[in-house]
Amino acid sequence: MNQQAKKNQWYLELVQKLTPKSELGKCLLRSFWVGGVICFLGQCLLMTGTGPMILSREDAAAFTSIVLVFLASLLTGVGVYDRIGKYAGGGSIVPITGFANSIVSCAMEYRREGLVMGVGARLFQIAGPVLVYGIGSSVVIGLIAWVVEVL
Amino acid sequence: MAERMGKQTSRLSRPPRVESFAACVGKKEGHGPLGSLFDEVHEDDTLGQKNWEKAESALFGAAVNRCLEKANLKPENARFLLGGDLLNQLAASCFACRDLGIPFLGLFGACSTMAESLAVGSMLLDGGSADRLVCAASSHFCTAERQFRFPLELGTQRPPSAQWTVTGAGAVLLHEQDMAAGVYPAVTHVTVGKPIDFGVTDANNMGAAMAPAAAATIRQHFYDASRTVDDYDFIVTGDLGRVGSELLRELLKKEGASLPEKKHIDCGLQIFAPEQDSHAGGSGCGCSASVLCAKLLPDMIAGRIRRMLFVATGALMSTTTGNEGENIPGIAHAVAFERMEA
Amino acid sequence: MWSFFWTFLKAFVVGGLLCAIGELLILKTRLTSARILVGYVTAGAILGAVGVWQPLADWAGAGATVPLLGFGNTLAQGALRAVKNRGILGAFTGGVEATAAGITAAIFFGYLMAILFKPKMKAE
Repeated sequence: MNQQAKKNQWYLELVQKLTPKSELGKCLLRSFWVGGVICFLGQCLLMTGTGPMILSREDAAAFTSIVLVFLASLLTGVGVYDRIGKYAGGGSIVPITGFANSIVSCAMEYRREGLVMGVGARLFQIAGPVLVYGIGSSVVIGLIAWVVEVL
Repeated sequence: MAERMGKQTSRLSRPPRVESFAACVGKKEGHGPLGSLFDEVHEDDTLGQKNWEKAESALFGAAVNRCLEKANLKPENARFLLGGDLLNQLAASCFACRDLGIPFLGLFGACSTMAESLAVGSMLLDGGSADRLVCAASSHFCTAERQFRFPLELGTQRPPSAQWTVTGAGAVLLHEQDMAAGVYPAVTHVTVGKPIDFGVTDANNMGAAMAPAAAATIRQHFYDASRTVDDYDFIVTGDLGRVGSELLRELLKKEGASLPEKKHIDCGLQIFAPEQDSHAGGSGCGCSASVLCAKLLPDMIAGRIRRMLFVATGALMSTTTGNEGENIPGIAHAVAFERMEA
Repeated sequence: MWSFFWTFLKAFVVGGLLCAIGELLILKTRLTSARILVGYVTAGAILGAVGVWQPLADWAGAGATVPLLGFGNTLAQGALRAVKNRGILGAFTGGVEATAAGITAAIFFGYLMAILFKPKMKAE
């Protein structure tokens, strides 16, 4: 190992030692209960869909997604969702509301660069990769299923 | 002519005089411990502008104008304006200078820009290319978040090592004449730093990326100028924050040049109170610039500081190189201020 | 009554746990939220394809469908079903068809909010 690499290693270990860590238990608990509440809300919507609204299970799931996405979009617009995110971390990133937040926050941020190249293009800055990998894997899965079926 | 000392230091033969200075900041900074010391506190972080870039530009312009006003001068009295900010193409300072109409040299040194502009400015004055010039730097939380991190409304958590970009600008007017009556701070030495890379890659730990550069520049300055910590009342660093400050003292201790905690001031730890949720402290060009102009230079005039080494530090990070897997090197420039009485 | 309550409890606990795992990943690996979202969707698609996720979704309801893993599962289930009905064409249409509601809502409301609201300085 050369001199500089040795020095770097010594330094990076020192950095590790001196850098304060997040309080693990507190962060996990917060993301647990906020994430839980969002899913609880989803369950309420799902059962409203299948129950009083007499929707099929799939339509009820679509209804749930649309309402959750709308609520998250609105909370992002009025500047509340980023505060929830600061408190809950993963609790508000992982649910579909976090996906909505990532789209809306980008759209708002780049609004000032115009409606086409600002909002239109940058909307997907964070959500784009999610769609690329999500849809991409669904195609791969579909192709594999097709090959298996043909064989 | 300046005297070249060692490899990186210049001693100025006619130490440029600090003629005036001004600091303008945003709301959060105004509510911090230094709140009452700033020349302007803008409760509205947009400064009445249409977008954040214009807001930062306005802040930059406000600091320069305030600084000139305090010396009863107009923009045309300054031969050059040296400065910069954190945005691509130095957008904030370029557009501020379009409105000021001062010949402009844009400098990018990440968060070290204030020291860089003072260093270059002092050497220009000492070399006779200018009689009077303005050195300035600015940063804005909202422009920096977009440039380097995430949209403002994205719900993410900042880890405890993250720093808060200061919304602020500072401007210093330097004058070649060193024989003026009265009490004034003057720039005596300049040490230009090298980019230093110790392999830090965590964009949420800027203090760790910059501390090695600060340590290297401080040591080089002592070596070149044959000085020690004892020659200074304070060693002032720009925005190392809580993590970086501790790392700097550890690094210097390892090299045998210990820096006692009571002789070290970090601007990033001065500007916000712990309960302001800034985590490891303030950062950004505007951090060292506004603390220098609101607190440190007034302290020199008042005699509370007689000699200080101002070491502003920058993390040379771009989102592109970060995505390409590059490390985050740090850079630090040092400027020695001395209180003159005539 | 108890089964009604149990349904909600399952959604809360399973959803909460999945979110807490996401938080743990963020804290331990310093991954950005974009990477977490990508990871969750891809993992959900794979777990859905191998038949793990759908039984969990049937059991835990929204607890397993609201986190992005569920989004990934829906993509996978859509592709599998469409392949069965339409052959190879389904591999390309099934995923988006099944998730169209969520994606379209996010794009539409995102655009709408960008017109209606301006981003604000973070609160102190």
